[in-house]
Amino acid sequence: MTDATDTQIFDAEPQLGDYYALMKPRVMQLVVFTAVVGMLAAPIAVNPVIGFASILFLAIGAGASGALNMWWDADIDAVMKRTAKRPIPAGKISAQSAMYLGVALSGLSVMMLSLSANLLAGFMLAFTIFFYVVPYSMWLKRSTPQNIVIGGAAGAFPPVIGWIIATGDIMVLEPWLMFALIFMWTPPHFWALALFMRNDYDDAKVPMLTVTHGRRATRNHILGYTILLVILAVATAFTAIGGWVYLATALVLNALFLKGAYDIWQRDEVMSEADNFAVERKFFRLSLWYLFAHFGAILLEAALKPFGMGGW
Amino acid sequence: MALRPEHEIHERRKGLNIGVGLMLGSFVLLIMVLTFSKITSPEFQVPASQAQGVGEQLTTGGTN
Repeated sequence: MTDATDTQIFDAEPQLGDYYALMKPRVMQLVVFTAVVGMLAAPIAVNPVIGFASILFLAIGAGASGALNMWWDADIDAVMKRTAKRPIPAGKISAQSAMYLGVALSGLSVMMLSLSANLLAGFMLAFTIFFYVVPYSMWLKRSTPQNIVIGGAAGAFPPVIGWIIATGDIMVLEPWLMFALIFMWTPPHFWALALFMRNDYDDAKVPMLTVTHGRRATRNHILGYTILLVILAVATAFTAIGGWVYLATALVLNALFLKGAYDIWQRDEVMSEADNFAVERKFFRLSLWYLFAHFGAILLEAALKPFGMGGW
Repeated sequence: MALRPEHEIHERRKGLNIGVGLMLGSFVLLIMVLTFSKITSPEFQVPASQAQGVGEQLTTGGTN
């Protein structure tokens, strides 16, 4: 981060919506959804009030890490087209305010989650915020093309925390399968984005794979990670959180996802530019549905269990 | 007539102040409901270190 962001001139008073945008609401939605699935897929039922409060505090923690990420990355965000309208580069909120808000909400969310659920859940949230802000944002993002791979772990923790909220237990396979699903899904998702937002990362000098190893290598990596993801996603169907609904969902979506990755692998830059990266954009949109459908299916399996259905 | 003339900043920050006020109010309400849920749950136990003066009843609100 540079001092440039601290000397901005602010045209208008920041509004509540600007602070909300600082917390990366779309990431928060994903965090809430996957954490709710992790919590409800667990074998122990949670008191609805405690469950609601715990997920809310987890969402606040995710928002806090988003604010800290925007504080640190304000210089990068200002250069990239995709992020130039975020509250700090747009001149709505100062970088310092974002930092204060992020630190305050991090402390509050960890403390409240520890009280509402259990200490382990609070510790895991603290670790997730730390992992996203320090190793990912401050270090890996600007230093290695594997930034997305390792940083993806931060986004993969919410279902594990959801599971811990319900059970207080971390030493079982199922939450880590959900973790692995998001962890393996993140690289192809972001590399597809990097292929069609091609100048953004170059301009910001972020060492994305497209910049450091070239676009051919990125296409190869997308296919490689997708193959591993497909194996993992389908195998999850045969565990305690899987079942017929999940298996059917996984078979359809993984066939489509694998086809998308193969199509991307087959293309070169000339072909992609000819149709304005239509295949890469389609794969990126599919990746959003892919994750939503897999976690939706896990949720459905859990919801069917009390009726004697769901699972195997 | 207002006791104090309202500063221009109050008008400018009205939306933000109302929003923050509502959030703080909701937070207090949530803590209240959460506390009530916790102390009425069957698993709730008064910690032994704090049970002195509560008589011999270490468990409250439960079924056992």
